[in-house]
Amino acid sequence: MGKTLFDKVWAAHTVRELPNGMTQLLIGTHLIHEVTSPQAFGMLRDLNLKVLYPHRTFATVDHIVPTDEREEPFSDKLADAMIKELRKNCAENDIKFFDLSSGHQGIVHIVGPEQGITQPGTTIACGDSHTSTHGAFGSIAFGIGTSQVRDVLATQTMALHKPKVRRINVNGKLSPGVYAKDVILHIIRMLGVNGGLGYAYEYGGSTFDAFTQEERMTVCNMSIEGGARVGYVNPDQTTFDYLRGRPYAPAQAHFDAAVDQWKAFASDADCTYDDIVNFQASDIGPTVTWGINPGQAIFIDENIPALADLPAKDRGTAEEAYAHMKLRPGTPIKGTKIDVAFLGSCTNGRISDLKEVAQHIQGKKVKPGLKAIVVPGSQGVSAIAEAMGLAEIFREAGFEWRGAGCSMCLAMNPDKLIGDQLCASSSNRNFKGRQGSPTGRTVLMSPLMVAAAALTGEISDAREVFGIHG
Amino acid sequence: MSLAKISQLAGTGVYVAGDDVDTDRIIPARFMKCVTFDGLGEFAFYDERFDANNQPKAHPMNDPQFAGASILLSGRNFGCGSSREHAPQALYRHGFRAVIAESFAEIFFGNSITLGMPCLVMDGRDIRALAELIAEAPQSEINIDITAGQVGIADVTFPAMIPSHAQEALINGRWDAIADLLEGLNAVHATADRLPYMQKA
Ligand code: SF4
Repeated sequence: MGKTLFDKVWAAHTVRELPNGMTQLLIGTHLIHEVTSPQAFGMLRDLNLKVLYPHRTFATVDHIVPTDEREEPFSDKLADAMIKELRKNCAENDIKFFDLSSGHQGIVHIVGPEQGITQPGTTIACGDSHTSTHGAFGSIAFGIGTSQVRDVLATQTMALHKPKVRRINVNGKLSPGVYAKDVILHIIRMLGVNGGLGYAYEYGGSTFDAFTQEERMTVCNMSIEGGARVGYVNPDQTTFDYLRGRPYAPAQAHFDAAVDQWKAFASDADCTYDDIVNFQASDIGPTVTWGINPGQAIFIDENIPALADLPAKDRGTAEEAYAHMKLRPGTPIKGTKIDVAFLGSCTNGRISDLKEVAQHIQGKKVKPGLKAIVVPGSQGVSAIAEAMGLAEIFREAGFEWRGAGCSMCLAMNPDKLIGDQLCASSSNRNFKGRQGSPTGRTVLMSPLMVAAAALTGEISDAREVFGIHG
Repeated sequence: MSLAKISQLAGTGVYVAGDDVDTDRIIPARFMKCVTFDGLGEFAFYDERFDANNQPKAHPMNDPQFAGASILLSGRNFGCGSSREHAPQALYRHGFRAVIAESFAEIFFGNSITLGMPCLVMDGRDIRALAELIAEAPQSEINIDITAGQVGIADVTFPAMIPSHAQEALINGRWDAIADLLEGLNAVHATADRLPYMQKA
C-alpha cells in the first residue's frame, strides 16, 4: 500500500520511540528569530548544553525591526536588546545569521525559501506558528514553543505525537480576481478554526498543481489558522524550478540527483488518507473576514451573518466579534470605511504579491488621508521590487514603502493601529489587539483587495475597482 | 534531571468564558519584547483585564473573590494562534497550575505540558456546571486527578480527558522531554548520517 509524503518524511526522520509513546523526530532544518529564541539559549546555558548541529540552524530578525528607521541602536530599547541578544547567541554558537546588514534579512518564512534552505523531504521547525509555510515545498514544518527550540538546539530533535493526514483537494480554475489567499480563507471558513486539530493538511488537486510556488506558500502559511499545525503540498517541477540556483539549494552538479530523491517523497497515488475534503475553485470568491478569527469570513458580496444564521456553537464568538468590530450583522461588509491599509506579512509579502498589486495600481492614487503601507517580506523581495520599478509605482500611488519585517502583522515594532482604527490587511490574523491597539480592528483579505480598499477608502470588490472581468 | 511527578493537583479556580481564546489575548505581543520569561505573569490577559489607561476592567481575574486561583477554566480551542511559549509561561507565572477547557490548540497544549502545567479537556456543560459551583463558593477547592481523569469539587466529580502521552509524561515526571531526547543522541547521529541534507557542505 502506498504512503503519504507525511508518512515517508516522518519515517525517514524518526530517531526512536520515547518511553511515553511519542516519537523522537529529527528536525533537519531549524529556523530561529529574535522573539522565541533568547529564552531557549538561556535554558541551554542553564543546563550547560551546546548546539548539536550549528550548521543546521539559520537565524534572521523580523518581528521587532522598525521598518522606517534602520539604524542601530533602535529607539525602542527592548527591541534593541533583542537584536543584540540574537546576534550574540548566533556568534557564540556559530549559527548563520541573516542580519540587517546582510542584504538577506526578512521574515523567517520568506527568507528560508528564498535562500533555498527550505527543501522537499525535510523536517523544519521554527519557534513560530506560521512555519507551516515551508510545507509548500513538500517538507513537514512545525511551529514550536521555546522549550522545543531548546530541544532542537541541544538535540536536533523534538518529541512529537504523529498527527493524522487530511487531504484537501481544490480542483478547477480560480475566477479572475480570486487568489490563493481566498482559497485558504475559504477552507478555514468551511472547516473551522479548529477543524484541523490533530491533522496535517495535504493540499492538492488541479488548482494547486497550477499554483506557483509562492501561491502554495500563501495557503500553507495559514494552515495553523485552521488548527492544523502542518500543511504541505507534494513537490513537483514547479518546486524544483523554484529551488534551482538558490544559495542553499544543492549545487548544480548534485541538483538532479537531489530532485530524484525529492520526487520519491511525494505521496503515492495509492496512498490512503485519514480524511479527504473536496472543494471546487469556481465556488470560491474574493473573501474577507468580518470577525475576530480567520474563520469568520464571507465573500465580498455577502452580508455579515446575522446571529440567527449561525450555528449555536458559533454565536458566542460572533457576538464578541460584532461588538469588537463595530459592524452590523445582516449588513454588507462592502463599503465599510477603513483607516489603514497594510500590504505585507509572511502570508502575502512576496514579490509575486507586490507585482500583482503594482500592475493594477499603476497611475492610481491612495485615498487622501488614509495610511497605506507596503512592507516587503525580505530585503531580497525589496531589492527585486526596487529593481523592477514596483517600489516607485507604490510610492507614486501614495503608499509608504518600508523596510523588510513583520511590521503591522503583529505590531511588535512601531507600526501599530491607533485606537479602534480599521485595517484592511494582507496578513493572517484578525485577533483582537493583533495589530497593536487593543481596540484595533483587522479585516483580512488578498493583497489586491487591500489595494482596492486603499484606493477607495472602504472595503471594496477589487474586481470592480480594477475592472477585472471573468 | 528529575522532575516532579504530577498526578494530583488542588487549588481554587476561575472561569474565563469564551471560545477561541487566542495567544494574542493571553499575552499581547508588546509584552514579548523580552529575553527571559521572568515578569510575564502580571501581563497575562492584560488587554482583557486593563483598559488603555491601565485601569482594571471587570474581568474574573481581577475579581478579588477569585484571587489566588490556580486552575483556569475556559471554552473551545483555547490557546489558538501563535506558538509563543510566552502564553503558557504568562499563565504559569501568574499562578496557574492547570487549565481546563473544551478543547486546546495543539501547540499551546504541548507548550503547557512541557512546563508541567496540565491541560484537561472537559465537556462544555460540565465546565459551565463547574464554573457555577465556583461562582457560588469561590474558595472551594478543586481536585484534579490526572491518573483517574477526573475533576472534583465538594462532592461532585466530572470526567476530564488528557491524552495518554501527556498523562504518562506528567505522572512519571517526564513532562519536559529534554532528558529523554538527550538519551537518544547516538540514534540521532545515526539518523542524521542517513540524510544527505544534514551533511556539512
Ligand atoms: S509576518 Fe506575522 S505571522 Fe508572519 S512571522 Fe511575522 S508576525 Fe508572524
